[in-house]
Amino acid sequence: MDTKLIVSASPHIRSDESTRGLMANVIVALCPVVVASAVIFGLRALLVTAFSVVVCVALEWLYCKLLKKPSPIGDLSAVVTGIILAMNVPVNMPLGQVAVGAVAAILITKQLFGGIGMNFANPALVGRIVLFVSFTNEMNAWVFPDAAVDQLASATPLQVADPSRLNLLDLFMGIHGGVLGETCALAIVLGFLYLVFTKTISPAIPLTYVGSVFVFYLIATGSIHESLVEILSGGLLFGAVFMATDYVTSPFTLKGKLIYGVCLGVVTFAIRYWGSYTEGVSFALLFMNLWVPFINDATRQTPYGYIKPAKKAGKEGADK
Amino acid sequence: MLNKLKRAALGAHTPHDKATAASKPVPMPLPAQVRILMSQHIGAPAKATVKKGDEVCVGTLIGEAGGFVSANIHSSVSGKVTAVESYRLSNGRACDSVVIQTDGKQTVDPAVKPPVVTDKASFLAAVRASGLVGLGGAGFPTDVKLQPKSPVDTLLINASECEVWLTSDTQEMLTSPDDIVRGIQAVLQYTGIPRCIIGIEKNKPECIDLLCQKTKDIANIDVKPLPSVYGTGAELILIEKCLGREVPHGGLPADAGAIVMNVTSVGMLGKYLATGMPVVERIVTVDGDACAKPQNLIVPVGTSYQDIINAAGLKPDVTLGKVVDGGAMMGHAVEDLSYPISKTCSGVILLSDASATPPAAQACIRCGRCIEYCPMGLAPVEVNGAYAARDVEELGKLHVDYCFNCGSCTFVCPAKRPCTQMMSLAKAYYLDQIKKGGNK
Repeated sequence: MDTKLIVSASPHIRSDESTRGLMANVIVALCPVVVASAVIFGLRALLVTAFSVVVCVALEWLYCKLLKKPSPIGDLSAVVTGIILAMNVPVNMPLGQVAVGAVAAILITKQLFGGIGMNFANPALVGRIVLFVSFTNEMNAWVFPDAAVDQLASATPLQVADPSRLNLLDLFMGIHGGVLGETCALAIVLGFLYLVFTKTISPAIPLTYVGSVFVFYLIATGSIHESLVEILSGGLLFGAVFMATDYVTSPFTLKGKLIYGVCLGVVTFAIRYWGSYTEGVSFALLFMNLWVPFINDATRQTPYGYIKPAKKAGKEGADK
Repeated sequence: MLNKLKRAALGAHTPHDKATAASKPVPMPLPAQVRILMSQHIGAPAKATVKKGDEVCVGTLIGEAGGFVSANIHSSVSGKVTAVESYRLSNGRACDSVVIQTDGKQTVDPAVKPPVVTDKASFLAAVRASGLVGLGGAGFPTDVKLQPKSPVDTLLINASECEVWLTSDTQEMLTSPDDIVRGIQAVLQYTGIPRCIIGIEKNKPECIDLLCQKTKDIANIDVKPLPSVYGTGAELILIEKCLGREVPHGGLPADAGAIVMNVTSVGMLGKYLATGMPVVERIVTVDGDACAKPQNLIVPVGTSYQDIINAAGLKPDVTLGKVVDGGAMMGHAVEDLSYPISKTCSGVILLSDASATPPAAQACIRCGRCIEYCPMGLAPVEVNGAYAARDVEELGKLHVDYCFNCGSCTFVCPAKRPCTQMMSLAKAYYLDQIKKGGNK
């Protein structure tokens, strides 16, 4: 037989999981959040989301085209960044400003650092922070369509003077002001369950992050109600589920993930409780993103058969 | 939970695809010629004891162990030696081979008779004479394995067969359970090891039932059902799963108080003790999406891949793309179909062009799956960076030399990167640099 056989290194089969598939899972998990934002804030939420996605994908495509790199848009990661960025702005955000956020996310944070897998921080997160410090007024213009209802009409619950009067069910359903994706806890929890069920993410980071913020507030305020208000308010749940679990900017091992989650909780609590910002999640995430390489170094697994260096003399003697 | 903090080692959920699990092994048509390699084991090659023109029978000694860690080689056919020549293997090394033209009679050598075993020394001599090596793939001479330097309290029989596609161990258990039990009892009796555990994955309930039934009156042989995840059948992992012990890095299983034998090896030992027939043939699973008749064949050692393919047949409308010797995860791709199979070949897998082409590698997304699924607790994604920088110190800290090429990292990688291949390269580079540097 003259057939030329393919010779390649083992293994000869691969799992069905692909980068594109994982990103698609994240997109599916984001769907309830997007739908909730449209229900709560009106159809402009969809316009902002679509615009953000289109700009993110276009920027990624354009950058790679100009630099003659293979186009990575098929992996859907720019779509994910676009949706997450949109979920981080209020419904009336001018589209031009959304585009600025997309530039900061895709061009600066992602592509200039080498594209997917190489970014030092979560692209959408940096996009959000750039918007937050550049267009503070627009980013804080939380609009709630049914403005007559209650004290939450134009503020996030974090700015309410007396949190004990807030209705937890309203908070959970997202009937209050805020950026697009952060208000409806129900939608976020659905997304979280989907991601964990499909094994796209480990539940370790969201659980330890949200759990530690809850515990710290419980200790600080002594009130379960206030602590629940804290975890249901602001960007905590959305950040914990969709941004803290970004593969590139979170630790590899379970040990690392637990430490990362608790540290996020500490920093978020510190900013919210002692700092002048009411919203600490973005800065806590950015700060901890930068620590990830160090956490990775410090939390490696113990390999099978590893002998502690103290016994090293004996180990070398036993070498084959 | 605490163990997971130390090392996730999830174990990849590879498909089982054991289409041939119920296929009783049948002898394949006798090939016209066999080429029997003098190196089918770890250690020194055997020295050929025949020359061109000699008449040999089934079971005739044709190669004598070339050192302590070595093994005898016997003829698998009757016929005439047509050449004793050097042969280049797919790994680039050359070794002697004996080419035998078969006469079709399969006359058994009169010297083949059950060995007389009375004590440990005569038992080990018999094992050595049989040419038995680890038939699970490693090919470590069994008599050497049975003389450990550390005290051993458990004989582990590796019947997990976690590899994709392969069912040769399954069929060995179903067709020769008495040989397996006889082999185990002989090892226990003559080496003084007090107990034996047979580890079988739960995806083979009929094997578990059969061996449980065969060993129910034997107090010191236990059957242990194991989870069906890939990696269970690796010697080190099997010791951990069955005994809860780890073999210290660089050590042998005996350093954890265990000797591990493949189930086909111990079955072969049982057959040898009863009949005196050395290792001259074995069950080979022939499967794959290009194979017309997936089945288990009894194949004489030294048969070429081409002859096996002819026996099983190719699907008419499929182009053969790749031939794998062994399973999907650790088997190696054959480059030339005229190569002969050795004692350690448990499967020949025929893949179509479409399924044989490796997917294109994409950028790493640092998802950490390679770390979570590594049975050894290594970090391929971090090794990748250290190897790219040729950072020997970092490679050492990452313990790249612990890798045994199980393939889990490549299998689970969503970016389809050839992680295992990178690990092999990094390990070879690291060991080479350490050797040059002289210290760690």
